[in-house]
Amino acid sequence: MMERSATRDFLVGLYVLGGMLAIGYLSISIGGFSWRHAEVLKLSAAFDEIGGLTKGAPVVIAGVKIGEVSTISLQDDFRAKVQMDLDATLKLPTDTSASIVTAGVLGDRYIELQPGGDEKLLKSGDQITFTESAVILEKLIGQFLYGTAKGKVGESKSGSATTPAATAP
Amino acid sequence: MTNPVSFLGYRALRFVEELGAMAAFTVETARTIFMPPLRFEAFVRELYKLGVRSLFIICVCGLAVGMVLGLQGHHTLTRFGAQRSLGAVVGLSLIRELGPVLTALLVAGRAGSSTTAEIGTMVATEQLDGLRMLSIDPVSLIIKPKAVAMLFTTPLLTALFIVCGLYGGYLVGVGQFGGDAGSYMSSLRSNVDFHNDIACSIVKSAIFGLLLGLIATYRGYTSTPTAEGVSTATTSTVVISSVTVLLTDYLITAAWGI
Repeated sequence: MMERSATRDFLVGLYVLGGMLAIGYLSISIGGFSWRHAEVLKLSAAFDEIGGLTKGAPVVIAGVKIGEVSTISLQDDFRAKVQMDLDATLKLPTDTSASIVTAGVLGDRYIELQPGGDEKLLKSGDQITFTESAVILEKLIGQFLYGTAKGKVGESKSGSATTPAATAP
Repeated sequence: MTNPVSFLGYRALRFVEELGAMAAFTVETARTIFMPPLRFEAFVRELYKLGVRSLFIICVCGLAVGMVLGLQGHHTLTRFGAQRSLGAVVGLSLIRELGPVLTALLVAGRAGSSTTAEIGTMVATEQLDGLRMLSIDPVSLIIKPKAVAMLFTTPLLTALFIVCGLYGGYLVGVGQFGGDAGSYMSSLRSNVDFHNDIACSIVKSAIFGLLLGLIATYRGYTSTPTAEGVSTATTSTVVISSVTVLLTDYLITAAWGI
């Protein structure tokens, strides 16, 4: 064993290096590890109804993913508070609105932001005031069946927190 | 001993006794880790024996498991028209579960057994007693390098196993079935998370490595100093290691959800 020491040491070095490279490849290339994960724009928004929105759901602007939902909690006024971690380089005006939309008819929920035109920008920790809640298909169908929807579906882009679902009796 | 109740009691007492002895052995080994001499040379020698010489089996098995996952995943996903998520299926199953567990089982059979046999033979030929007479602590000289090398080498082998498996899945999904290379990699990248998947996989395999090293060295160290004793100890290393790895895997997954 001793006379092969130099070759052996070299092989062990190669092995350790290879293993480290494999861990590095998995972490950085596959897992998307980055040292600068602390720099995020943290925004929150309150919704009347979040439907099936879950932690980790994407946040998009114009279909481009710019962040994800970090926490979901219930406020004292029984509205849902959704925290989002967004790309820190984004410059979002204060009148940006957030709406919960569905991919496909019964697909996953995600949050879509629509930037407004204000000159003041949202800072980390701010709250988005204009929100539009999730549309619950079952509730809508129920409203149609009992004739209470009154054709209000689709006119809900008023920028307030009211939704077709919230107008139910 | 004919009474089944007292037999059960005897077995239970033996089990608790064994656990206690193993805990004492763990403390004894941990105590020597940072005490000089560090035995770095012996550590490198063990890395060669346990790691470098397991490379072939780990890479071949990783490739085979990845290819099987690719085949099975392809057949199942085709049913739902979701062949594009093959990368995520292969990657998540390899990284979260199969990589750490199968590597630990392979290491138990390949390196754990040989470690026990080596230490057991030393016990049987009274080499450890010889060391004690020279006032050299056999735990520091023999046990420590082996246990630490096992702890260090298992995560490295797991990472290599996973990379080989991902390549195996790629070979089947893209090479054999003509899937899209870009969608394989992008479904892999978008579904695998560093904190939830990769880091947990490495922590898991380090825990397995710790257990494997302790079981293998303890079994050898306490083996009966006969030819039969060494063979019994070697067998029990593989059996106990496998059961421990699978049970611990369940406990870790249930407790931390990784």
